Amino acid sequence: MAIFVDENTKVVYQGLTGSQGSFYGLRNRDYGTQVVAGVNPKKAGTDVDGIPVYATVAEAKEATGATVSCVFIPAPGVKAAVLEAAEAGMDLVVVITEGVPAQDEAYFFNKVKRDFPGTRILGPNCPGIISPGKANIGITAGEIALPGGPVGIVSRSGTLTYQALYELKLQGIGVTTCVGIGGDPVPGTSFIDCLEAFEADPDTKAVMLIGEIGGSAEEEAAEFIKTKMTKPVSAYIAGVTAPPGKKMGHAGAIVSGGKGTAAAKMEALTDAGVKVGNNPTEAGELMVEIVKGL
Amino acid sequence: MDLLEYQGKQFFAQYGIPVSPGEAVTTVEDAVAAAERIGYPVVVKAQVHVGGRGKAGGVKLAANVDEVREHAGNIIGLDIKGHVVKTIWIEFASDIAEEYYASFTLDRSAKKHLGMLSAQGGVEIETVAEEDPDAIAKIWIDPVDGLTEAAAREWVLAAKLNPDATDGAVDILLKLYTAYTEGDADLCEINPLILKPTGEVHALDAKVTLDGNAQYRHEGWEEYEATQVRDDREQAAYDKGLQYVGLEGSVGVIANGAGLAMSTVDIVNQVGGKPANFLDIGGGANAEVMAGALEVINNDPDVKSIFINIFGGITKGDEVANGIVTALGRVKIDAPIVIRIDGTNAEEGRAILAEHESDMLQSKPTMLEAARTAVELAK
Repeated sequence: MAIFVDENTKVVYQGLTGSQGSFYGLRNRDYGTQVVAGVNPKKAGTDVDGIPVYATVAEAKEATGATVSCVFIPAPGVKAAVLEAAEAGMDLVVVITEGVPAQDEAYFFNKVKRDFPGTRILGPNCPGIISPGKANIGITAGEIALPGGPVGIVSRSGTLTYQALYELKLQGIGVTTCVGIGGDPVPGTSFIDCLEAFEADPDTKAVMLIGEIGGSAEEEAAEFIKTKMTKPVSAYIAGVTAPPGKKMGHAGAIVSGGKGTAAAKMEALTDAGVKVGNNPTEAGELMVEIVKGL
Repeated sequence: MDLLEYQGKQFFAQYGIPVSPGEAVTTVEDAVAAAERIGYPVVVKAQVHVGGRGKAGGVKLAANVDEVREHAGNIIGLDIKGHVVKTIWIEFASDIAEEYYASFTLDRSAKKHLGMLSAQGGVEIETVAEEDPDAIAKIWIDPVDGLTEAAAREWVLAAKLNPDATDGAVDILLKLYTAYTEGDADLCEINPLILKPTGEVHALDAKVTLDGNAQYRHEGWEEYEATQVRDDREQAAYDKGLQYVGLEGSVGVIANGAGLAMSTVDIVNQVGGKPANFLDIGGGANAEVMAGALEVINNDPDVKSIFINIFGGITKGDEVANGIVTALGRVKIDAPIVIRIDGTNAEEGRAILAEHESDMLQSKPTMLEAARTAVELAK
């Protein structure tokens, strides 16, 4: 099993006709993902390499039965795209786009939560989600992940996620699902949402968590792990030596007022029984030990 | 993007928030002329992107033209925690009866907007939060609903301001919320928010951080961009559109992805080195971007070695390697380079680099080994 998406998931791509959307949409289809439709009101009736394009998400859903949407719309249009997907009744909206204004994110997160509680948002500014061997929705290179299990991965960083997938593959360890939640201030899906799903997934036996400085999401995850999780967890936090007050690339990655430091996050996770590595390789090695002991 | 105080006040004024009349100037003569126009007494205030101006002598009251001349002369060029004052703000001095604190920011845990209001203003809010947390009245606002007048009034009453300030505070807070949301700010803070003896409520300071991602829908933000403080290295990187943060060390760092770049800075520290910078070249590491990144690092005189850390995902290792080789043909690099390429097509990438290996360019299979080598070379 996998969490959130699998081989039966039908996906519609908002922005499939754009350069990014068509590149990754077709790549995801090559991987085996059921890419059933694209959306572009100006190009309805056309197709992208055989994938039909509809005017709206609702029409795409009606015609294809898609339940997941993947958003490759430029930042100014993301708010409207997410709300359209939620209104059309998508179960999951994966937002790859980076550079979305924080006020837009705060608005559509709360709007969707209240008016469309059946819709989960993943991202924005995330690499997407991959259930290796089953479905790959987003920009992760599918070939760096080994299908199967027993490990689930949840990460706030793109390249470090790839690093984690690859290190586990080199060790011969498979992954059930790898979720990139993204580094923005208002992520639609949190660490806790993923940990909860992994805890409930019978095929996931252990979880790897990759966090970074800023905010308190890792501390909240630690509390959840401590009180609600039975499965073992390994973790890595990037930004141990980041200077306070300087944004390190991600909008969320900043240490301010002494809050959000890597040290505090690592301590909270260690206290929750998580095996915390000092670098991505070490976190991978810790996971190898965990898997051997399962 | 942090605004200077005077920019923050101009930003507030656009949303109808009462601020003192004033002028931003860069010379003593202009300061005098501004003060003559505004009328005395005036306050002469250093405009820097750092707190603690008052203690550093960057805020002075002037009762007449001689005092303006004296204070402006002292403050222009003053070094406040490494920030040299270029611009000063001359504003009419307000009579103050009471000082309050007000702000809006995003509560990332609650995923709602957080308003904070306190009758204890003029001091650092962190200090109030620690010593007397009950003195801060908080309100969480759902962005879909916004801030209603009734909620604002209840919030003001909870903060126990002087009853004379209630109506003025409600009015300012509603406008401040509009400035924060419609103005695409990450932070809007007024400290102090003052009650004048005459009963008006007024923003005496302005601390505003704007969300750079929203620049496309606002006119005039280029002006704020122009006053951002960057060192030469940061400016060069900014001009090339690279995500760069200057640090103090000797190992230049180039990586793809913010997380990996942060992780690379960490690992250099862990093996006993000091990174010179954080530099994220983003997803597609083509020759153009790599050449630009190498130029920025090369122009940093403190850099003694360069660590390029690439994880190929969608970007293939061989393409990255070709990019590096092309970049090296374009830019003459003074410091030795250590490269680690892993992930998709890493072996092909390493094979390409092997043909170009020398004392000045070597490839290592893991992040840790590459970090150790780069740190050793920087010694």
